[in-house]
Amino acid sequence: MSRRLLAGYLAVAVLIGCTPLFLDAYWVDVLCNVGLYALLALSLNLILGDAGLFHMGHAAFYAVGAYTAAILNTRLQLPILWALPIAGLAAAIFGAIVARPVIHLRGDYLLIVTIGMGEIVRIALVNDLGGLTGGSNGIFGIGRPSLFGWKLRRPDEFLYLIWGFVALTVFLFHRLAQSRFGRALNTLREDEVAAEGSGVDTARYKLMAFVMGAAWAGMTGSIYAAKMTIISPESFSFWESVVVFVIVILGGAGSIPGVILGAFLVIGLPEIFRGLASYRMLFFGLALMVMMVVRPQGFLPLRPVRFREADVPPEGAAP
Amino acid sequence: MSALLEIREATKVFGGLTAVNKVSFDVKQGQIVGLIGPNGAGKTTVFNLITGNYRADGGTITFDGRSLAGLRTHRIVQLGIARTFQNIRLFQQLSAVENVLAGRHCRTGAGALAAMLRLPGQRREEREAAERAAAELSFVGLRGQAMELARNLSYGNQRKLEIARALATDPRLVILDEPAGGMNENETEELIGLIRRIQARGITVLLIEHDMSLVMKACENIVVLEYGARIAMGPPEAVKQDRRVIEAYLGTDEELA
Repeated sequence: MSRRLLAGYLAVAVLIGCTPLFLDAYWVDVLCNVGLYALLALSLNLILGDAGLFHMGHAAFYAVGAYTAAILNTRLQLPILWALPIAGLAAAIFGAIVARPVIHLRGDYLLIVTIGMGEIVRIALVNDLGGLTGGSNGIFGIGRPSLFGWKLRRPDEFLYLIWGFVALTVFLFHRLAQSRFGRALNTLREDEVAAEGSGVDTARYKLMAFVMGAAWAGMTGSIYAAKMTIISPESFSFWESVVVFVIVILGGAGSIPGVILGAFLVIGLPEIFRGLASYRMLFFGLALMVMMVVRPQGFLPLRPVRFREADVPPEGAAP
Repeated sequence: MSALLEIREATKVFGGLTAVNKVSFDVKQGQIVGLIGPNGAGKTTVFNLITGNYRADGGTITFDGRSLAGLRTHRIVQLGIARTFQNIRLFQQLSAVENVLAGRHCRTGAGALAAMLRLPGQRREEREAAERAAAELSFVGLRGQAMELARNLSYGNQRKLEIARALATDPRLVILDEPAGGMNENETEELIGLIRRIQARGITVLLIEHDMSLVMKACENIVVLEYGARIAMGPPEAVKQDRRVIEAYLGTDEELA
């Protein structure tokens, strides 16, 4: 991570940390939403940005995580934050099972299948799957999370929980990007035939991209369930998948700071222009179209070279 | 002693076209072998059969006594066969050193969790991989361009980078598909030196090439294909004199008449 980027992250962290001092509860809640979408977009970025797999059903993984946490909490009285890793694991397993048969599909074909997957999950939830998901009413009465005996209720408390998780995710995903694993995903995006020909097990890494992305979306889902205390299938509609997809593409596919900026623009801006009422979606759509023509790589595109000069040993020893 | 790579009656059919028809030849350990023939003779198809990009419709291919049938490409790379591509296939948006690091992938093992926790073993592995990648870039003469994006390199340098990526996989056999394609005379001369230095490392080389001067200078053994079948095999001198080879390249008297 470059020094400039680190300074940028710290500035944003301090700024968000101070917002409860001068913003009212409504705007703090908007920031919480931005954080949740940033988490979803970061997790989708592993699949769509790093590995280049067109996946437009991310709400399905989000839903599996949220419902797993909600069911564990309401039926077994498991504290909701304890359910977080289990929700991640459940979503990861679900991701592995649904992705396995379809990952050999390319581009738009994969896109269509993943849209279908998202819809199947939503409809299964509406149909009260196994008598556990509560049909279209969803699940309510999810317990408030508590951290070291401190019960979280107010938006500013959730702000710190959500953005703390964003910070942790950014830290871990930067490490991932600069590793054997991250580079393997990048080779998939660049040229699958060359990746396989260079010794990368492409089928395995495509699956791993889905598993990692799903795990993070699932954990985010459990935080969402904890914050809302009530979840229903309509929170996990096709539209949610589209929004997260747009955040990644608009912000800059493959770029971690880009994706976070994307979340602010896509989720935050429409709130600022709420005064324009029904016209705001019109402007939003127009902005998207202009963007695709003028700057298709996104606002903060991936800085291509992640491996720094300092990481490469000087000239000398023969292989 | 059996050869490093043994191809026996390898056959590949595309629809009604037999692209490779019962082709057999050996590549002995430590040799530089050339595979030549007119356009469409099936040379690249033979390469794709060896590397597992295509499934053979008949015949056997054994590497170091082990059948390659049914193995996926990355497994074959792991066994020790690396390749370059006729139409350069680099990771265009990645830097040169990252391209070579991709070749180290199959010889390293750290997973996602180790990367996120930066475990000591993962850090050591990353450092060693970086050292090796830098050394391979030096070997092909691209150390100074380590940070350049692959797509910004010149055509000849892109070919060299592909070779460096292949060498990073610790191969016992490298397969070069038209390595001199698009190179000028000087670059080709340099390439011959590079191929000899690869051989000096104990790595066996199998190459497809249209540049006859390179093939005749560098190869100890030549296999000639025409219409998917082997029409000649042997050392350069013998192949040059072979009547069928001359006919394949220049046409027969009847055709000229």
